Amino acid sequence: MSLAIQLKNVSKHFGDFVAVNDLSFEVQQGDIYGFLGPNGSGKSTTLRMIMGLIKNTQGEINLFGKSLNTNRSAIMREVGCIIEKPDFYNYLTALENLQLFARANQLNFKKADFEQLLERVGLLGREKDKVKTYSHGMKQRLGLAQLLIHNPSLIILDEPNTGLDPQGIIDLRNLILSLNKEEGKTILFSSHILSEVQEMCSSMIVINKGKTIAQGKVDELLSHEKIHVKLEVIEVEKTSQLINQSNWNELFDKMEENVFVMNMSKDKIPELVAFLTHSGVGIERIDYRNQLEEYFLKITNQ
Amino acid sequence: MKEFIAILKNEIIKTIKRPRSFIGFGIIAFICLMLQSAFYHDGKEILSFVTGQLENVFNVEGKVLNGNLICFIVLQTLIVQMPLLVALVTGDLVSGETANGTIRFLLTRPASRTKIVLAKWIAGLFYTLLLLIVLGFFALFVSHWIFGDGDLMALNSEGLTIISADDITWRWGYAFLIAFLSLSVVASLANMLSCIMDNSITPIVTVMAIIIVFTIIGMFDLPSFDIIKPFLFTTHMISWKSLFEDPIPFHDIWFSIAVLIVHIVLFISISIFYFNRKDINS
Repeated sequence: MSLAIQLKNVSKHFGDFVAVNDLSFEVQQGDIYGFLGPNGSGKSTTLRMIMGLIKNTQGEINLFGKSLNTNRSAIMREVGCIIEKPDFYNYLTALENLQLFARANQLNFKKADFEQLLERVGLLGREKDKVKTYSHGMKQRLGLAQLLIHNPSLIILDEPNTGLDPQGIIDLRNLILSLNKEEGKTILFSSHILSEVQEMCSSMIVINKGKTIAQGKVDELLSHEKIHVKLEVIEVEKTSQLINQSNWNELFDKMEENVFVMNMSKDKIPELVAFLTHSGVGIERIDYRNQLEEYFLKITNQ
Repeated sequence: MKEFIAILKNEIIKTIKRPRSFIGFGIIAFICLMLQSAFYHDGKEILSFVTGQLENVFNVEGKVLNGNLICFIVLQTLIVQMPLLVALVTGDLVSGETANGTIRFLLTRPASRTKIVLAKWIAGLFYTLLLLIVLGFFALFVSHWIFGDGDLMALNSEGLTIISADDITWRWGYAFLIAFLSLSVVASLANMLSCIMDNSITPIVTVMAIIIVFTIIGMFDLPSFDIIKPFLFTTHMISWKSLFEDPIPFHDIWFSIAVLIVHIVLFISISIFYFNRKDINS
């Protein structure tokens, strides 16, 4: 499979400050690739370098096998992005904004093409309203129309969930999955919602202070990762006895009142629950952090 | 070329549809109509005072308060305001997009940064031309419609010059062309500062500060200022007035045109150079 994105030893310096330090990674075509890191880790700077908004101080950025420095114009025809939030000319209508976007992409759109696009994002009928009258959700949908107007094969999303309500987050997730699965688009995706990343991404990179700290297939990175599972039980004494006298004792971490904290992999949870319930222990609640969240916090030392 | 025309069309649409673009047209119309109204009611008294003094030396005949005189007065009055109105829009062309975040969309499309700067600059010149057309309409055509035609009594650095009504139309044409060139320098300077700065207000304020400082330098006859005066664009922005002298100092006018063109080329070159290297962090 060919590469959609390839970064080779890329660095970015702002004066003495090193925002990105010798970063290398590859995104295969057709992948949904997660790009993670705490605030100020260099994520946005890296994504902006890939989009040509910021010039890299060192290294090489290739998209679709071509150098971004020498083939920017051709590459950008294949790329769509939302960096943080979509921005519009608020004094223009949604349709006028889309007409500007179409012209900037040199698309010869007819009225029917705009209507089809507006229908896809659920804004048909509101296209003649000024964007300044739009709600945040409507702006986000118009942003998707802007993103998809030129049918890019690579989509870069920098924290696209920012400011979205739960329904908006679900809609965006479904759209990303459908663009990837049904249309084969490559997606580079940065988000603070780690459960989303774990659910959607096949591969990921985690950076901190501008450096790579983990990189690879999501499943492989998390396969040996243990999480803290909290079991809230009714009979504390009996549960304690059962755990102490079984192999589960090895996974026992600590006890907080009637809560047993186990350090174990997520796939063992059903086995533990079966063991306790068959032994007559009533479980009131099971709580565990997302596996990627645990992993992320551990490797970024937070 | 097709790509450039498409983004130029976008820039012109954005420029003329922005609410602030209409402020300039409104202010010009208001100032012109205000002055015309004042001269319509009180102009004869003011002029009889001036011509009364001249009658001691000359025999003043004909209609002195006419459309040509009103236009000449309006243009002189707007010497300071016109650059401000031009800077108000052109100083925001790039920095406004940086502040709003729409620059990210522009710079992630196939068009190069050079093409984007040039398209914005031309859109700024187009707006400047529109301002001058509005000014020409109100100052020249409306004044002629209200006050009628007549010889122009122009007061300039050489003293009082009387220009026949038959000999004036071409002078207005060239005067407006030189005014356009002068305001294009302001538009180019504002565009350059707009490429460098990331907010809308600072480029506009800086342009006005530069014009005020240069104009003050031009006002004083000091040897140290005299050295730099010929190279300041503000010195040459009023060269349109030379067309209303007799004989017309064509050599001086051509020199002014050359200085203004050099400034435009310099400002747009710096804009392209800087903008191509600029990191978009907003």
